[in-house]
Amino acid sequence: MLELDNISKTYRIGTFGGKELHAVSNVSFDVRDGEVVSLIGESGSGKSTIGKMILRLLSVNSGSIRFDGVDISSFKGQELKEYYRKVQGVFQDPFSSYNPIFKADRIFDILHEEFFPHLKGRDWQAKLNGSLSCVGLNPEHVLNKYPHQLSGGQLQRFLIARALLLETNFLVADEIISMLDASTRIDVLNLLAECKKEGLAVLFITHDLSLGYYISERAVILYRGCVVEMGITEKIYNHPLHPYTQMLMSSVPRLDKHWEAIEGENELNRKQTDVTSGCSYYSRCPQAVEGECNVKRPILVEIEPGHSVACLLVRPSSSTPVQKVAS
Amino acid sequence: MSLNIENLTVYYQTLRGDVQALENASFIVADGEIMGLAGESGCGKTTLSNSLIMLTPPMKWIAGTVMLDGKNLPIADESGMGEYRYKKISIIPQYAMNALNPTRKIGRMTGELLHSRSIDYHSRLPELKRRIEMVKLPADVLDRYPIELSGGMKQRMVMVLSTLLDPSLLIADEVTSALDVSSQKAVSELLVEFRNQKIVKSIIVITHDISILYQIADSILVMYAGQLCEKASTGSIINYPRHPYTKLLISSLPKVGVKYNEHRLEGIPGSPPLLLHPPEGCRFRDRCPVAFEKCTEVPPFIEVEPDHCVACWKES
Repeated sequence: MLELDNISKTYRIGTFGGKELHAVSNVSFDVRDGEVVSLIGESGSGKSTIGKMILRLLSVNSGSIRFDGVDISSFKGQELKEYYRKVQGVFQDPFSSYNPIFKADRIFDILHEEFFPHLKGRDWQAKLNGSLSCVGLNPEHVLNKYPHQLSGGQLQRFLIARALLLETNFLVADEIISMLDASTRIDVLNLLAECKKEGLAVLFITHDLSLGYYISERAVILYRGCVVEMGITEKIYNHPLHPYTQMLMSSVPRLDKHWEAIEGENELNRKQTDVTSGCSYYSRCPQAVEGECNVKRPILVEIEPGHSVACLLVRPSSSTPVQKVAS
Repeated sequence: MSLNIENLTVYYQTLRGDVQALENASFIVADGEIMGLAGESGCGKTTLSNSLIMLTPPMKWIAGTVMLDGKNLPIADESGMGEYRYKKISIIPQYAMNALNPTRKIGRMTGELLHSRSIDYHSRLPELKRRIEMVKLPADVLDRYPIELSGGMKQRMVMVLSTLLDPSLLIADEVTSALDVSSQKAVSELLVEFRNQKIVKSIIVITHDISILYQIADSILVMYAGQLCEKASTGSIINYPRHPYTKLLISSLPKVGVKYNEHRLEGIPGSPPLLLHPPEGCRFRDRCPVAFEKCTEVPPFIEVEPDHCVACWKES
């Protein structure tokens, strides 16, 4: 359904825009119909940039994004409107997505005027109520209220309801539950899973690995704008092959296991060197081999069916996790 | 006995009446204990910690006493607390990353901070350098501006500053929430290290992330809408919770290894009550699956097992 083909994004930074920051470099993956793909990475890994490029909020520097086979950068005017009918986004902070001066359901009125001008009052109301009850809200309790009168979970579900009012079949969900409380976040997550059954495809952007595991079929791990590992969720979580993924997995606070004292990578003993060529993870990698990892840039290689890794130390022949290389 | 809080009640004054943010809190934090304080937003975690440090309007002390190392803390007396603040009891505030003065180099800012407490910067400098080394920050960090540090580094710098005078009690308010998983782990492990090296006697770690507490805390106190629900050792809270709220909260947390199509987790229906005019009795009553008539009275927070306190009529 949605294909990302070798896309890159470079931001100009510095006082006069003289420096460049490669936020996303050569990322390719696809999202199929009715599939949830989670995009996982630390802050600054470029995950939100990818989400914004899919929503056409940012332009792509090179490469292309294709939706049902058509390059989205070619859309203009009516075509773009049709694109937004199908592709919608929901963002992290539900509180700042609303104008506090107006009632929260104003977001639906805008939608009504723009996309459904032919629907008359009662039909529209019925459609709206249907969408609201679909996200588990009681229309009587939530309509005609100001944003401060609703909880974060309700506001976030409002936004999802708005996205689903259109004939959405692709949703970019950018950290949609990180602002919510533990007791309500699982409801929003279950809601996404319900919608998935109806054929909705979701790009689930998150930094929380346990949430990614709960809901997604496939996962893409990003580090500094590069895909380091991607594939079927179970394979990545149970046998992480890239050193970065291994580090992420061992740092996730879990309820069933205490942190083990892992050697090597840690925020505290990071090498302060910055490399321009070679593997982007070189400066933090405990297993990096000098003279190889800082020279050659690894490419994504399929190690086993449905599991690809970009690391020079992981080779297709050995499907066992990387052994620690003596330094 | 490091910290002993009895019947502490703190309200916020508003034009529409008092917001009953903290009601009748009584608990003990022992020497060397890392106590986790968990709960949803608006449950009174930050009110509790701020009232121990700086109780300023609109916060209002209503009742209760706080004892630190056997001495009474005059928490309602803003200037009287000056003696204890930073020296005996210290806080790493929420958003500590923004707590550093952007216009000063970190060394100069530290000097000004110590000067305000009438302590000589140069006599403290060797110890400061040792602490900076302990949290694995580069030695030249004192000559840098805060903008030159990453979020995790700033967080560690604030940890060093907050604990420089070896306070007896350290309050860490959401210190890990804004960090990446790898920095989260480093910062949490440093908290344990501060305790192990006896730089601070005991720590209260406030967070909404229970899985972090499971990694570092000795005991966990769960709060709901300004009331204490349950306090017990970390293992008991996670594995044998007794308060209905704790049970639902723990079971709603997604874990690595749990997938939607295999095991559907359930949230807690409803939302917390407004604390302006909270319902009588147990405040979890409306969302509680086992509530009965007696719940209209406030349940006492009592020890049902050694070191396991619960406030629920079903359990007592």
